[in-house]
Amino acid sequence: MLGNIHSTESFGTVDGPGIRFVVFFQGCPMRCLYCHNPDTWSAEGGTKMSAAELLAMYTRNQVFYKDGGITATGGEPMLQLPFLTELFEAAKKQGIHTCLDTSGICFDPEHPEQTDRLLAATDLVMLDIKQIDDSLHRKLTGHSNRRILAFADRISSKSVSLWIRHVIVPGWTDTPEEQEALGFRIGGLKTLKALDVLPYHNMGRSKYEAMGIPYPLADAQPVSQDEAMKAKAAILRGIRRRLHESSAGYAEGR
Amino acid sequence: MFMEFAPEWEGFQPGRWSNSSVNVRDFIQRNITPYDGDESFLEGPTEATKTLWEQVMELSRQEREAGGVLDMDTKIISTITSHKAGYLDKSLEKIVGLQTDKPFKRALQPFGGIRMAQQACKEYGYEVDPSVVEIFTKYRKTHNQGVFDAYTPEMRLARKSAILTGLPDAYGRGRIIGDYRRVALYGIDKLIADKEHQKATHFVRMTSPNIQLREELSEQIRALGDLKELGRIYGCDISRPAKNAQEAVQWLYFGYLAAVKEQNGAAMSLGRTSTFLDIYIQRDLERGLITESEAQELIDHFIMKLRMVKFARTPEYNALFSGDPTWVTESIGGVSVDGQHMVTKNSFRYLNTLNNLGTAPEPNMTVLWSTRLPQAFKRFCAAMSIKTSSIQYENDDMMRVIHGDDYAIACCVSSMVVGKEMQFFGARANLAKCLLYAINGGVDEVMKVQVGPKYRPVTGQYLDFDDVMDKYDQMMEWLAELYVNTLNIIHYMHDKYCYEKVQMALHDRDVKRYFATGIAGLSVVADSLSAIKYAKVRCIRDENDIVVDYAVEGDFPKYGNDDDRVDSIAVDIVKRFMDKIRKHHTYRQSVPTMSILTITSNVVYGKKTGNTPDGRKHGVPLAPGANPMHGRDTHGAVASLSSIAKLPFRHAQDGISNTFSIIPDALGKTTVFSGELDLDALREETEDAQ
Repeated sequence: MLGNIHSTESFGTVDGPGIRFVVFFQGCPMRCLYCHNPDTWSAEGGTKMSAAELLAMYTRNQVFYKDGGITATGGEPMLQLPFLTELFEAAKKQGIHTCLDTSGICFDPEHPEQTDRLLAATDLVMLDIKQIDDSLHRKLTGHSNRRILAFADRISSKSVSLWIRHVIVPGWTDTPEEQEALGFRIGGLKTLKALDVLPYHNMGRSKYEAMGIPYPLADAQPVSQDEAMKAKAAILRGIRRRLHESSAGYAEGR
Repeated sequence: MFMEFAPEWEGFQPGRWSNSSVNVRDFIQRNITPYDGDESFLEGPTEATKTLWEQVMELSRQEREAGGVLDMDTKIISTITSHKAGYLDKSLEKIVGLQTDKPFKRALQPFGGIRMAQQACKEYGYEVDPSVVEIFTKYRKTHNQGVFDAYTPEMRLARKSAILTGLPDAYGRGRIIGDYRRVALYGIDKLIADKEHQKATHFVRMTSPNIQLREELSEQIRALGDLKELGRIYGCDISRPAKNAQEAVQWLYFGYLAAVKEQNGAAMSLGRTSTFLDIYIQRDLERGLITESEAQELIDHFIMKLRMVKFARTPEYNALFSGDPTWVTESIGGVSVDGQHMVTKNSFRYLNTLNNLGTAPEPNMTVLWSTRLPQAFKRFCAAMSIKTSSIQYENDDMMRVIHGDDYAIACCVSSMVVGKEMQFFGARANLAKCLLYAINGGVDEVMKVQVGPKYRPVTGQYLDFDDVMDKYDQMMEWLAELYVNTLNIIHYMHDKYCYEKVQMALHDRDVKRYFATGIAGLSVVADSLSAIKYAKVRCIRDENDIVVDYAVEGDFPKYGNDDDRVDSIAVDIVKRFMDKIRKHHTYRQSVPTMSILTITSNVVYGKKTGNTPDGRKHGVPLAPGANPMHGRDTHGAVASLSSIAKLPFRHAQDGISNTFSIIPDALGKTTVFSGELDLDALREETEDAQ
């Protein structure tokens, strides 16, 4: 089987723990307004590569990756679910740490079997929840967040480690109420291991210009570290509230 | 030969170093105190350090305002003893000694070439005294004159076209590291006695090489006498060993100072001094003679002096090297052959000068990196690199195999055992230009004249890989021979007219000499040959049928992406050229080596190299050292570094350099944005809050 690969990065330091070999999958169904990789949207283009080829690129430099592993991102890697599963299963056979960086949009709650197989070969999922409010989520990404949240629950139920990523975008995800609501929702995920709060930056703009696409957030200013820290505090408040309620509930039930 | 254990050595473990011969390595191995802790013991600058450094900064400002030079000697010819003592502020300086009688005053050093000395003065509005010019043109020949007396017309042309470039034929060759530690450990009198013994026991058959060495040993002994006199000028009796840390630093610095007073070399490196000096500091700390703050002050003042080393150089020279570098390289850390790391507290103190005196390119702090260095030191290095971008790293695990555990780096990558090995610095051959010569049958693409041999040029419209490789191989054969012969002349003359007396006095008698060649343009060559092999490259010729440009049709693998198709070409070129160098006779039985290291001069080389088949245009800089061409490594740092790591050190033993920059954010996230959560802890926190 061949995957359609946009590119690879041999020195990934921000896409999971340690130094990682990062595979960017070609194609994404989402059209997030702040996407910084519009060149991975189209399912066309990219290079056809086998899992063996990709793992060979990893193995030859594995000394660099001893605290890291392989990360599948994109694009949306789950758009190529069979290939992705093959890649991760092959990686696990070699004892390589696997990390899936996904929007979760391709998850089908009615037919989770294929996804379960993938999760069985996945050590860590970094799930990007763009917006907790469904109607805002639709405006921001073109899709409902229903499948994404269902996927979060599925990951947790399969005991796979989970990092939640959330981008703070001016005018879209910057109110404390939304952030706290997000925290409350993810506070119920038992395998949640980390919270990755990313301040919006506009470094993707040049790609839009190069591709001749209008940049949707032309007026948005980059978010400061201070604002991102405040947002993180708000999300943590939500998580604590949820934990408190559930432990109170647990106590009552007892 | 040292029957007596000197009183200054009390407290040191004796050994071969104290009872049989000059052996600094043995002294270090027996007396080192390895340090596994972190940087928390370090001290900031003292008031004296701050005051002195402000004075240096003020002088730097004045120098900039004066157009780059504050003052120059035009009459006094620099020798080890040519000047009276000079100070910044005698009452505050723990370590003393300047190149001339005033700080920032540049010395007159005409033995490498009087013309260079004159030009350097003229550019800054000074004029060398006519009597000095007369002496060095009429009565005393310089290295530069000697070289040009012997050059062939072909050598002159190759130099002019810059296929051979940066040759040390008009200035001091440098790249020799005296074992300055010997001055501190033994004192001058023991070193002179040792040299006298060497001379008395040398071959008695008077062949040219033996006569040459006898003469040199006499020069060395005289230089050691001068070095003792230099100490006396500053009120120090360095005839005996240093008895404490302050003296050890000072004695060692006198050795180095004598070298820079004598030689204006392209690289005047310091050696491997930090761990050696740590032994003296450690002894003083244990005896309660100094505090940590005083120890740091000694090192700060020493480093301050090293930062003030300056030479009179021409603007062309500075353009070639992108500034006015002195390459005062200090090698720090490393692991000994028995597996014990050699990091000491003084390794930290040296790096701490970047905190106490601020960031600076000199001295060139070079960490001999091993996977086995202590974790706390690695972390400190990383933090200091992020903070200052001023640390160079070299692979100790690789070099230790060849040189053991008492080698140091000269310039940026040239490794040699301190006091036992030296090198003849050979600048570099431009292999990118050589490829163009192969295509054009020896005609220079910029000067449009025949420089190389008139071999058959490429005639077709499209370049054919096998045809080009065949022609390139022959052209490299020509270049290697010409290059080695040119260097043979240069080093013969340098030994004859500009011999490094004091530096060689701080070496053993029978030194191993390396014949250090170098190449430039490796990534351009690899990419060009890859383009010819995997894409289609069409020749564009001028009216005289000289190929002056190339049209690349299609894509091709580029060096720097961990792609064996092109990386193997780079490996092949390195090996091929080195093997051609090896075929030729080298001056004084020196061992040929090669480097891939142009860190700054790649810019100038690019200006002199025409359009190349990889699509690079005339004037665009070649990549520095073994780096991929700018922007062509598109698969991230590991892939880029892996391509470079394939280059065989065995065939590039004088060093392979890679210039690497990365913004700190790209090294990973801060905890703020990648916050690990402990749900149980959070739950407890919530319950506690109730």
